[in-house]
Amino acid sequence: MKLTDITRLVEGNLLTSDSNLDWEIRGACGADLMSDVLAAIQPDAILLTGLCNPQVVRTAQMADVRAIIFVRGKRPSQETIQLAEQENIPLISSAYGMFELCGRLYQAGLPSLEVNLDCEE
Amino acid sequence: MSSDQELYGRRGRVVTDMDAKDITRVEELAYDLKIQEVMTRDLVVASPTMKMREMLELLRNRRISGAPVLAGDKLVGILSLEDLVRAMSANDLDADVDKYMAKVLITVNGYESLVRALETFTRFKVGRLPVTDEHGKLIGMITKGDITRGILLAIQKDYQEEEVRRYRASHLFEDIVSDRTTIVMRYNIKKDNFLLGGNASSNIKRALVRLGATPQIARRCGIAIYEAEMNLIIHTTHGGRIKVEIEPQQIIMTASDDGPGIENVDLAVQPGYSTATNEVREMGFGAGMGLFNIKRIVDRMELTSTLGQGTRLRMIIFLERNESLGEATADQTSQGESAE
Repeated sequence: MKLTDITRLVEGNLLTSDSNLDWEIRGACGADLMSDVLAAIQPDAILLTGLCNPQVVRTAQMADVRAIIFVRGKRPSQETIQLAEQENIPLISSAYGMFELCGRLYQAGLPSLEVNLDCEE
Repeated sequence: MSSDQELYGRRGRVVTDMDAKDITRVEELAYDLKIQEVMTRDLVVASPTMKMREMLELLRNRRISGAPVLAGDKLVGILSLEDLVRAMSANDLDADVDKYMAKVLITVNGYESLVRALETFTRFKVGRLPVTDEHGKLIGMITKGDITRGILLAIQKDYQEEEVRRYRASHLFEDIVSDRTTIVMRYNIKKDNFLLGGNASSNIKRALVRLGATPQIARRCGIAIYEAEMNLIIHTTHGGRIKVEIEPQQIIMTASDDGPGIENVDLAVQPGYSTATNEVREMGFGAGMGLFNIKRIVDRMELTSTLGQGTRLRMIIFLERNESLGEATADQTSQGESAE
């Protein structure tokens, strides 16, 4: 699914300028714990989170996350936006909550890219 | 709640699939590049007293669609295929170029940006523009094709520069001959500096990619070192140090500090065990998953700690033959034996 379609589905606002909305997103992951993201997310996913600090962008960069959606209309700091622009990670803000957003994307056919820890080994 | 305007970004322009990523670089280049850098210098010129029939031959032989008309040194007109068509339909090919050429001259200066030429093309709906120097002397011609070519070349150059960087770095291990080559990178990590948290990891991951690591290897190293970097920021007394030793067949990352030390190392590695403050937890860290995550993602993890003295976390990722950096030979450090 293209990032443009995802932005439309979540009725989101793009917060970063010069973002590439053409990327193909393979799936999604929702988490507020960065260690959970680092542990579970597969490459080329979109991350849904309620956290807004620069660490979210760093986490995304390390884990090859393609884009970040902030839930409940949260707006990250200017520093976070700048870091995201520098690292080429589009930031999107949506007024909906985590459950609603995950539901919308899942229903539209976007699969989960969270690795189930039990199945991993 | 979102209008299309918002969807398409704050600049209010439609970002289509094709241009989304590079559009701003193209815009930048349109300002950076000068007209004289992309214009055609090798000019085919006509004179006002040439016959239209000769002009037809000239354009046909040179496969061009127009030419500036010079009287001596002076630019007096432009003659394009359209003018030729007009002459042909009037059966007037024996007329002078002077009769059919466009005499209202729109020119651009060579030292101006491409943007200026683009604006002029749009405003006057012309296909080519004579380019003059600061004294008004003709120095070239510019078409939209020249602009496209110029910008594409510049973008290709950008791309090649990163490629060259990557190429050079990835050949380090081949170019330097030794029994065992190691690249060592060191970073100092400050306590409580959350704003810069991840900076070192970011640089390490980028370096690994340039050195030719596969995306999977770069990602595993990045995740492990990032957890370790955040640990130094969150848990240490004075911050700490990160050392990354890169060899063709293994990457050793060490995070060390001088305190406070871990009371129970076995407990610290248990998933969910945490000593982090609420403040740290609110930032999405300190859930007690860091060391557990690291252990899962690296090939070997060694954690040693002395209470009151400090902690040393050593993480090793072995590179399979098809992942190795450079053309390492088998008699260099073999897999599974991390010599120290």
